[in-house]
Amino acid sequence: MSILLPKPMKYKFFTPGVIVITIFALVGIAFVLGRFVFGIGAITNLDNQYPWGIWIGLDVALGVALAAGGFTTAALAHIFHKEEYETIVRPALLTALLGYTFAAASVSIDIGRWYYIWHALIYWNGNSALFEVGICVMMYLTVLYIEFLPIVTERFIGHVNLPGILSKLNNVIDKGLRILDRTLSKFMFVFIITGVVLSCLHQSSLGTLMIIAGDKMHPLWQTPILPLLYLVSAIGVGFPMVMFESVISSRAFRLKPETHILEKLSEMMPPLLGVFIIIRSVDILIREAYVYLAEFSSVSIMFSIELIVGFVLPLRLFMSKEVRKSPNMLFIASSLVIFGVFMNRFNTFITAYTPPYADYSYFPSIGEISVTLGFVALEVLLYRAFVMIFPVISVPTEEKSAKTKYAIRGILR
Amino acid sequence: MKNQSRRDFLKITTISATALVGASATKLFASGNPTSSIDPMGVLVDTTVCIGCRKCEWACKKAHNIDTKPIEDYDNRSAFENYRRPDHTSLTVVNEFRNPTAESKPYDVKVQCMHCNEPACVSACIVGAMTKQENGSVIWDTDKCIGCRFCMVACPFQIPTFEYHKALQPDITKCDFCFERTKEALLPACVEICPVEAVTYGKRSELLKLAKKRINLYPERYKEHILGEHEVGGTSWMYLAGMDFDKLKFPKLSTKAAPGVSEAIQHGIFSYFVPPASLFALLGGIMWLNKNKSKSEPDTE
Repeated sequence: MSILLPKPMKYKFFTPGVIVITIFALVGIAFVLGRFVFGIGAITNLDNQYPWGIWIGLDVALGVALAAGGFTTAALAHIFHKEEYETIVRPALLTALLGYTFAAASVSIDIGRWYYIWHALIYWNGNSALFEVGICVMMYLTVLYIEFLPIVTERFIGHVNLPGILSKLNNVIDKGLRILDRTLSKFMFVFIITGVVLSCLHQSSLGTLMIIAGDKMHPLWQTPILPLLYLVSAIGVGFPMVMFESVISSRAFRLKPETHILEKLSEMMPPLLGVFIIIRSVDILIREAYVYLAEFSSVSIMFSIELIVGFVLPLRLFMSKEVRKSPNMLFIASSLVIFGVFMNRFNTFITAYTPPYADYSYFPSIGEISVTLGFVALEVLLYRAFVMIFPVISVPTEEKSAKTKYAIRGILR
Repeated sequence: MKNQSRRDFLKITTISATALVGASATKLFASGNPTSSIDPMGVLVDTTVCIGCRKCEWACKKAHNIDTKPIEDYDNRSAFENYRRPDHTSLTVVNEFRNPTAESKPYDVKVQCMHCNEPACVSACIVGAMTKQENGSVIWDTDKCIGCRFCMVACPFQIPTFEYHKALQPDITKCDFCFERTKEALLPACVEICPVEAVTYGKRSELLKLAKKRINLYPERYKEHILGEHEVGGTSWMYLAGMDFDKLKFPKLSTKAAPGVSEAIQHGIFSYFVPPASLFALLGGIMWLNKNKSKSEPDTE
């Protein structure tokens, strides 16, 4: 009987598509270097009226939201112990790992004094939502790396093969890896729970950020329940992101899409999206912010696209049984949710923000867009490299002894 | 038996984690910012008195070691052609507005940090580089600042500015109420130089009395509104004007404290780490229950 087992993918790294992505990555890196040499002003369209742009609104706020699949699948598979989802935990974990790493990288290039980023660790301001986000993201990033360690040990235990004189160390390193593996498996549950708690905290605090902008925020997005909306939408976009990637990697590596798991995941989507739509609508009604929808403006258009195309339409799609059974349709529906959350983050951080002394609107510069695209490209490249080096993506395997290896470490047995 | 010890282990871990974060919570929320005294110092700006000589701009630059042209150049009134905002080249600027009732008497409005009683920038700052001092000044600490610009997002008056042209050690710049001068019992530079006493330095409560007296004495000269008395919870700097403040390019603001509900939410989510710790315990419990459940069920494979 064949079972699904995570294995390193064996393909050529460079394909024409990958080369295009590499070019994007290089352009992005060039602009990052430019930022370090010439300053933020030279590369971005930011100024004293618009201090935050897409590096915060998209790279950080959206990037962290799209990485939510890491904690939602971990909760599903390990805390609620639904073993059938094990195959998606590792790809989601890798996405989260890369997503958070690049969110942190974006923060580092956006802050003026990047070499002082460690100040957040020693000068605490408990009143600041940004402090909460900063600390939680740093801690969660550490947790993500620890959660990924068992995949590294699994890859190298019994395969440590250093060349030349270093080969004397092979045995020692192998022993060390085995001890690390055993220790990790005992304590992993602590990190898994910590990861979920930290995620809930900073996903919501990302929403709290813009509340302090007060009247500078358009009432369609300025609401005291922004943190709740951010948390709910992050949980809502986690599974679509997993489905989106699953379909893409099954194409890229010519695997059969995991239709069964995708279908089960998609069954959870209507309630998740429904809850968001209900909270969002009730909030708009209670605060009487709907008056701004009566006027035809860029703001009301952006709001409508966000809610209708990004949430209501995919809700309708996910409710249909035909859609849930078709990987292609699931891909479209998932893309819409991702688009919806993209719009939501873009709108709260950029569309809604209207400083009092600007008679112009902020639009990201070529440099800002290039860096954002470059980071996404780097994430894709690293993802591809990681799944080729490490056992992340599950493929049908005949191995008999696999059952014990397959079980994810760190759950109480 | 093995199962038993694991269970205890989980329990102990959960409890100790809860205790640990609980203990560190006290430290986190004790590190609050120094709050201003009940009656801080302030400045009353009377825009009906200001003649737009811009001497204050010069004095401010001198006091803060910012490059400046000679004082005579400030008589050139072409500076009023465009509306200007403070930045790293000038921590205060004066703008001129047309007076609809008397063409020959334009209104000149000095702009600088308002030094809010409950400043949004202080609440927002990730590292506590912005602080409210006892004498009312809101000042910035270059040794802490990481340049994240969240203070600029937060400020309802859009006052803090950033040195975008600098690749290394860019500053957040804004009026510091001449903190270094007032420490030595000197007047703020702009107050000291003003030839017409358009700016008055004093205790905030006294300035409010003074402002009300002026409005009562000359009701035709002033709008019955002291900007900064109630706006965003009150500010150390306050303004009198002969026309509506929004026509003088002041933002329309509510009387709610500048940080708004942001702090309440932060403290609600954390309130001494009880909610996160409870979530941790809850998830631990769910994990343990589900594990046991799947153990007791026969293997389906």
